[in-house]
Amino acid sequence: MTTKVLAIDDSRTIRNLLRVSLEGAGFEYHSACDGVEGVEQFSEVEPDVVITDINMPNMDGFGVIQTLRSGPSRTTVPIIVLTTESGPDLKARAREAGATGWIVKPFDDASLVSVLRRLTGHVV
Amino acid sequence: MSTNSIRDTFFEECEELLEALVEGLSAMEENAEDMEVVNAVFRAVHSIKGGAGAFALDRLVSFAHTFETVMDKVRSQVLKVDEELMLLFHRSGDQLADLVEAARDGREPNAESEATILKELEAHLGDADKEEEFSFDAMSLDFDAGPVALDLPDEVASVRRFDIRFNPTPALYANGHEPLLLFDALAELGALSVSADLGRLPEFDAFDPNDAVIDWQLSLETAEDETVLHEIFEFVDALCDLEISVCEDADPQPAPAHIESPAAPSLIDLPDMEDDGEDDDDPAPALVQVASSSKGGAKQAAPRDEPRGPRPTLRVDLERVDRLINTVGELIINQAMISQRIEELELPAVAHLTNELEAYKLLARDIQEGVMAIRAQPVKPLFQRMSRIVREASEATGKKSKLVTVGDSTEVDKTVIERLADPLTHMVRNAVDHGLEAPEKRLEAGKDPIGSIRLSASHRSGSVFIEIADDGAGLNRPRILEKAVEKGLVSPDAELSEQEIDNLLFLPGFSTASEVSNLSGRGVGMDVVKNAVAGLGGRVSISSAPGNGTTFTIVLPLTLAVMDGFVISISDQTMVIPIASIIETIRPNRKDLHYIGTSGEVISVRGAYVPIVDVARNLGLSAGETDISGGVLLLVSTETQGLTALRVGGIHDQRQVVIKSLESNYGAIPGVSAATILGDGKIALILDPDELVKLNPAAPFLPPASSARMELRHA
Repeated sequence: MTTKVLAIDDSRTIRNLLRVSLEGAGFEYHSACDGVEGVEQFSEVEPDVVITDINMPNMDGFGVIQTLRSGPSRTTVPIIVLTTESGPDLKARAREAGATGWIVKPFDDASLVSVLRRLTGHVV
Repeated sequence: MSTNSIRDTFFEECEELLEALVEGLSAMEENAEDMEVVNAVFRAVHSIKGGAGAFALDRLVSFAHTFETVMDKVRSQVLKVDEELMLLFHRSGDQLADLVEAARDGREPNAESEATILKELEAHLGDADKEEEFSFDAMSLDFDAGPVALDLPDEVASVRRFDIRFNPTPALYANGHEPLLLFDALAELGALSVSADLGRLPEFDAFDPNDAVIDWQLSLETAEDETVLHEIFEFVDALCDLEISVCEDADPQPAPAHIESPAAPSLIDLPDMEDDGEDDDDPAPALVQVASSSKGGAKQAAPRDEPRGPRPTLRVDLERVDRLINTVGELIINQAMISQRIEELELPAVAHLTNELEAYKLLARDIQEGVMAIRAQPVKPLFQRMSRIVREASEATGKKSKLVTVGDSTEVDKTVIERLADPLTHMVRNAVDHGLEAPEKRLEAGKDPIGSIRLSASHRSGSVFIEIADDGAGLNRPRILEKAVEKGLVSPDAELSEQEIDNLLFLPGFSTASEVSNLSGRGVGMDVVKNAVAGLGGRVSISSAPGNGTTFTIVLPLTLAVMDGFVISISDQTMVIPIASIIETIRPNRKDLHYIGTSGEVISVRGAYVPIVDVARNLGLSAGETDISGGVLLLVSTETQGLTALRVGGIHDQRQVVIKSLESNYGAIPGVSAATILGDGKIALILDPDELVKLNPAAPFLPPASSARMELRHA
């Protein structure tokens, strides 16, 4: 069974890069370009794992995580934060909001896939 | 999608982000307290940094990072925005644009200005900010190791045994972690044995599925370093009680209790292990009630009352659109041909057919308009670019100025926008350089020391109007005339109207660049501007009032592919003249016609005398209309001699014609701008009134009347 990934990022470049890496690793790739669309897409796509940017218009990454975790969907699928910042502060906030893990931009394919595997059990 | 095309989209995206940045910065000038705006600016810089990192564009990344850090201080209200800082942000934006461009073209950016701006930006940062110097090499180390490290060649490190106690909290599950997957990752490092402590498992009735009641005891034999283990647990670090200890046993034994999960309620002898009774006081209250899974039937979250973000768009290859436009052009020609053929058949009862044909015509026009709309783009990005020109020109000349834009949502054909960039840049630069006065002079004149350059765009009667207006001193007409005489462009005793003096600026060879700065000294005169605009089927005009400034008006056709024209006869030829250029049509009365000298002819139009130009004669087709009162006069406004009446044989039709370039297929013909294909399949030339009147050097010259009327028209 394929693993469905939903990537939420306002940068088209990042979305493109994610698509190439993830489809290459056999994931089924879906994307959204801001937080609100991400939350919408979540109920539609029913992904096995979510990757979200933090700094986005309309709803930021923390908002996405909180909405997904405590909103009507109350999901426990892994949510990975994809961010350029790597401060301990940010990690703590993300964790508190309910993030499963984080990936620091710029990411390389191998580490991205290995994190996803570790969190979803996806077999490459 | 290849890496290259991702790279291309990155740079495309950068352009959009840079536009958003410029827009945000001007909004900040209005209100720097608006956090939405500051956030948008921050995000734009941030996104550029994020993307640049992916392509290892280090310089771009580090500049964006510094910029972003200062912006972040504004965002967190540590730093207050004043005029100076605002200017620095603008310059940083410009620098960022340069860096993006340099990165795209693989050029070396201007290191000097980069260093200057970086220094100024850094001056706004405290030491603490500088310490977290951005280095993404260091950051990516975060992930370099990890489970994959297993593939490393056989470095014979000694195998050690790690004992791991892993007591998850409920938050660990709520955050989407799955212990089994963690164990899988560990198992990749070596021989793993896992045992579950079910001691806290309650009776079935008391079972709360959200609680974390199982603790784990693991034992891993691996050659890996302890840090690798910690990396696997990185994400769950604060969500569990974790203890990793090394068993310094030289001779690794099989794990003590090799029992797979559901067994062994009691744990085996690990003396250093604490009693784990304290798990329960760590329950992450906000999240305990998160259900284990509810993927199905989840309702839409987050109410949406307000429209958000840009509307969905589709990116299409420009070539495809152009192909479509071309085909639609053929469709219109084809429609005209069918109409004509049917007319020629002279069928007895064609009423039906005519109606349907009319509907076909309207549909074809709708399709054509729809396709044109695809190519149309707002002038906003173009106008925004000008703010930089104004800034740089002001800096270079020591003047103070601001740019005001009006109607920047006006849409214009993409090609027009592209080809307008250079002329507009030149005109805006000129407006600052030559148009505006120095601040002291402005103060003396009782004006705001900050000059204003106003750029406006609008649609009027099927044309696009773009105005570049300054509120400077106005044209110095005596000086212009003097200069023109000096350069031999006009004879010293010529008497010219104000309008004609102004138009001298457009003559080739007239450039005031030598006077002032190095700014305008780029070898571009207004004649180049005029030609560029004419190349787009448009025209430029000037109006200026002493003391109040100068306005340049560019009038452009909405599209470059089709136009509305009159089908006219000239001698025995059928030709087309753009309707946009025609002010009115006159069937002349003999009593309104007057002669000047031997060949000069004028017509009196509501009290003013307008020179008549015989089109056939100017094109060298015949000696002209023999019956002077025969034919029709088309009143047009021209650059060289103001209002002019063009004499043609007759007007046959008004229709939309598809413009086919002559220049690219054949060569330039004086007086003719292009060609088209008519309904009967014949080719007709499209006339250019402006060039046409120039063909007749003997045309009567009546400055006072014509210029008076010109001014009326522009008033």
